[in-house]
Amino acid sequence: MNARQGFVGQKVERREDARFLTGRGQYTDDITLPGQTYGVFVRSPHGHARIRKLDTKAAAAAPGVLGIFTGEHFKAVGGLPCGWLINSLDGKPMVEPKHPVLADGKVRYVGDRVALVVAETLEQAKAAAAMVDVDYEELPAVVDAAKAVGFKAAVHDEAPNNQCYHWGIGDKDGVDAAIKGAAHVTKLSFRNNRLIPNAIEPRAANASYDVNADSYTLYVANQNPHVERLLMCAFVLGIPEHKMRVVAPDVGGGFGSKIYLYGEETALVFASKQIKRPIKWTADRSEAFLSDAHGRDHVTTAELALDKDGRFLALRANTTANLGAYLSTFASCIPTILHATLLAGQYKTPKIWCEVTAVFTNTAPVDAYRGAGRPEATYLVERLVETAATEMKLDPAEIRRRNFITEFPYATPVGLTYDTGDYNATLKRAVELADVAGFGKRKAASEAKGLARGIGYACYIEACGIAPSSVAGALGARAGLFEAGEVRVHPTGKVTVFTGSHSHGQGHETTFAQVVADKLGIPMEDVDIQHGDTGKILFGMGTYGSRSIAVGGTAIVKALDKIITKGRKIAAHLMEAADSDVVFEGGQFKVAGTDKAVPFASVALTAYVPHNFPHDKLEPGLNENAFYDPSNFTFPAGSYICEVEVDKATGAVRIDRFTAVDDFGNVINPMIVEGQVHGGLVQGIGQALLEHGVYDDGSGQLLSGSYMDYAMPRADDMPSFQVETVKGTPCMHNPLGVKGCGEAGAIGSPPAVINAICNALGVKDVPMPATPHTVWKAARAAA
Amino acid sequence: MGAITLKVNGSTVTREVGPQTLLSEFIREELRLTGTHIGCDTAQCGACTVHVDGVAVKSCNMLAVQAAGKSLTTIEGLAAADGTLHPMQAAFRACHGLQCGFCTPGMVMSAVDLVKNHGVKSEAQVREALDGNLCRCTGYHNIVKAVMEGAKAMA
Repeated sequence: MNARQGFVGQKVERREDARFLTGRGQYTDDITLPGQTYGVFVRSPHGHARIRKLDTKAAAAAPGVLGIFTGEHFKAVGGLPCGWLINSLDGKPMVEPKHPVLADGKVRYVGDRVALVVAETLEQAKAAAAMVDVDYEELPAVVDAAKAVGFKAAVHDEAPNNQCYHWGIGDKDGVDAAIKGAAHVTKLSFRNNRLIPNAIEPRAANASYDVNADSYTLYVANQNPHVERLLMCAFVLGIPEHKMRVVAPDVGGGFGSKIYLYGEETALVFASKQIKRPIKWTADRSEAFLSDAHGRDHVTTAELALDKDGRFLALRANTTANLGAYLSTFASCIPTILHATLLAGQYKTPKIWCEVTAVFTNTAPVDAYRGAGRPEATYLVERLVETAATEMKLDPAEIRRRNFITEFPYATPVGLTYDTGDYNATLKRAVELADVAGFGKRKAASEAKGLARGIGYACYIEACGIAPSSVAGALGARAGLFEAGEVRVHPTGKVTVFTGSHSHGQGHETTFAQVVADKLGIPMEDVDIQHGDTGKILFGMGTYGSRSIAVGGTAIVKALDKIITKGRKIAAHLMEAADSDVVFEGGQFKVAGTDKAVPFASVALTAYVPHNFPHDKLEPGLNENAFYDPSNFTFPAGSYICEVEVDKATGAVRIDRFTAVDDFGNVINPMIVEGQVHGGLVQGIGQALLEHGVYDDGSGQLLSGSYMDYAMPRADDMPSFQVETVKGTPCMHNPLGVKGCGEAGAIGSPPAVINAICNALGVKDVPMPATPHTVWKAARAAA
Repeated sequence: MGAITLKVNGSTVTREVGPQTLLSEFIREELRLTGTHIGCDTAQCGACTVHVDGVAVKSCNMLAVQAAGKSLTTIEGLAAADGTLHPMQAAFRACHGLQCGFCTPGMVMSAVDLVKNHGVKSEAQVREALDGNLCRCTGYHNIVKAVMEGAKAMA
């Protein structure tokens, strides 16, 4: 390919595909080390119980067993930390009970880790795990967020009322007054259903200890290996960070569930030093259902006050968020910082108040899952807006247009400042593409077949590219949220780029190479992207919240700028010109206004063979790194329109058409961006129609604990999509003008689907997931 | 333990296997062909799909001893000897029918089986035929596109 074509903005096929398509990917479970042993976890069969007795003697004597580890081994080390401090309205910090690596006298959810059994083979470890004798005294289990406060048993002694925090944001009095005096108030109460992430690669880890170097290596299916290392070393095991290497190799999907530091890999690392052999653990799917951090699970009441013309006056939301049995790594910030701050949506609602009660229950920990707080916020806002339009007999597009923010920058009443956007443009395009004008005809055709047809809108906004560290810190983050990048130019002009972002499906090896090749004016083949190894990469905060291109990509651009600056000085020396006269264009350093030029590769060679070199001004070599801390979030936004056909007799819903128009700012690779939207849409439609993490109210058993019980979206559940990315409004504060696209689909689609079903049935609400039974009941009730 | 002999990606292989060893475990642990993935424990996800005598099989649903005397093709055996991708692999690449790559080997093996043994008739039929393969990344949109393109290329 010609270096001057420009790769950015092109559909470039992915370079990672060659290994994935031929079975040569290297996922954690594919790695088997010399002397490999296998770990199996003994897990709680009860939702809530005291451990009366834990007897490992018989198991320890079983064939092949090398070690058994229990809570006793971890008494002296820290618990798994939570990375975000939330303070309650009364000023008190959130309740942070210890999150033990292995259960410490009590189990708090089905699947809670009780013991780790290590043996020569997986079969031996499984057999011995079944011989670990645990005597439980069962305690009452609470699973429903709405019932947690005031429940007869406390999940943690430190939180007798099961409350972690009670937090609020906005202008409570102003909102109360505005709602009182409003011409119209729309009110909804609903649940945002619990989801189980289900990356198709289950979590896995392989930990080893090197006696000679007194150091550890951990292979782990993880989205942010440096964060994993920092948390495990500094907060839990006390291992010096430089004595630990964390490698996240090919990772088979994350969606949030592989951000966190889990007890499993922590226990493996600890045990690997005890038995002095590598230990591999791979979750089976049943374990993944029980023990991966889940998503959503909010119980919400929300009101929108409007004037007689449908202009929004105020929004009030009250949410109870289920955090599960323990605080997972980022659990506390999801229903607060990533949820309540998004409640302005795309609208100039002048007053907003949101309060959040976060509770402990006897369920798996709940943390970020694709969208993380922003889907819950968008569902809340867009269900209210559409319902208000119906109640006030206004066109759903028109009510939105009347309330869109049109001037930027715009400071919302809940803490964010949107830098740019054009919400009218995405809505206009979506209305065209979805052929809203033809809806009436299609509705009549459906009715002729005995089917109801409905249309639903959702106009979402999300805050991505998390975050300015200083802002995050002021809001309670216990970590910085920058990204690091390093550009290593080799003597021949070939380039290796090291990024702190991590790809687990996003295609960074391709997209980042497009950016680098363009910037340096070299072929993509000359650029290699490395990620996922703390032994190679200087630092990284990892990939989540659609931050990779906006933050990780910008860090690389900043490092490239330094390379070019140094290259210009070297080239000026070679061409006997002033530094300021040298420009870099199309892979050549040129003296402006002359035909003198030196190619990039010659400058690289000079940097490493510095015979004729400005030693008085520069060091040899051409290697630069950069850390980038953004000055604001990015704000992708879009308009989604869903059209459904509903059979009222059976409750079956068929999505007839789904149109998604997004403004992601500048787009590096439209093929990859569209793929991200498709995947997000199916996760969001899955939430709306199919998926539901359900615990039994009495026993705390997970009822949806396998693919036989948890309805994963399958190919024949889904339609093809109409997806378009508008030219849009480039982000104002990063050099690539990019915003992030990973979560949009999952954020915008659930309210669009539910709005369409409500429209078809002529009902105010249908709970998620809108299964045939649920829809049938709603249709019957409306009849 | 007993010995089984079978053809694996064109080569004859003889190995000792236990009576309880699943074909999927045999492929991954004994043959070290780690392109066949395991994504569930209820024969639902399809990540472990291989071809046994030319027919797609979820290898977690078959014992290794049942493969004795049969011809096994895994994802590693699909491309030509010179590395040229099978038309279905090439279609997945061109259509961006994969993201994290974990479901991909099973998805491709199912797709090849569909085209060879049943034929591709419509988008709806492709969607129905892929019902036994779960993907969490792509939303299936581009997988369906890839299978239809791959079918054309295989014709």
